[in-house]
Amino acid sequence: MRNLGEALERVTRVAGIRGAMLVSESDGLVVAEALAEGLDGAAVAALAASLTLRLRRTATSAGLAVPHVVQLRAERGTVLSVPAGDDLLLVAVAERDANLGLARLELRQAAAQLGS
Amino acid sequence: MRVIEPWVAEPLQSFLDESGARLTLLMTSAGQVIAQDGFTRSVDVMAAAALGAAIVASTDAIADIMTTSAFGVVLHQGPKQSLVLRAFPTPRGRWIGLVVFGSETSVGLVQLFFQELAEGLAKAAPPAPATRAVLAENFEYELNASLRSLFGR
Repeated sequence: MRNLGEALERVTRVAGIRGAMLVSESDGLVVAEALAEGLDGAAVAALAASLTLRLRRTATSAGLAVPHVVQLRAERGTVLSVPAGDDLLLVAVAERDANLGLARLELRQAAAQLGS
Repeated sequence: MRVIEPWVAEPLQSFLDESGARLTLLMTSAGQVIAQDGFTRSVDVMAAAALGAAIVASTDAIADIMTTSAFGVVLHQGPKQSLVLRAFPTPRGRWIGLVVFGSETSVGLVQLFFQELAEGLAKAAPPAPATRAVLAENFEYELNASLRSLFGR
């Protein structure tokens, strides 16, 4: 559990990150979360897991293999998702002006930390 | 989809479109069927409603023994199909939703859209009609009328 907290904290330390969650990909349920107030973690987890699963199928069907990062950019921010071990995803919600390069780097390193 | 009360149709259709559920049953906490989708035989609907209401009543009793508040959701996760059973308040009393789903969706999505269904039903519910006495001679007629609504025959 300490590992989970450290991994989430590593992501949420990046400026402009509103929250990070470890999500069960097949269930779409939150395993652990560190979210700003007002962010509906259950909804984001369910929809991000569904989206990532479908995008993975799309990428593999197109012969592109498994995506390393899914990045959904919207008007007021970005959702990032990376695989984090067996049936797990690390998901982050970023504000519009967040440092997405650093956020992606920290997400991938935190996911590797969890998967190891 | 078949519904006993027309105002249930729109929120339920949204839930069916979004959730990817295979079977959906809405019932009162007494097991009286309000709406169904995916069932083809009336006997299955009646059995599922009775069993679903009984399971919720059992979990309520367990919660009572444990002196905790009632359990929000009952989840049976299977290798191919799973089942979510959830009681929720409506302006017409406490209802129960029974949803069977497969690997094309997830328990997170089903729960997310079920919450929206519960909120949609609360908004769509018209004022409750005046209660009337249930007479034995009306019971069979009303039961058959409900079955016709649910199965179109």
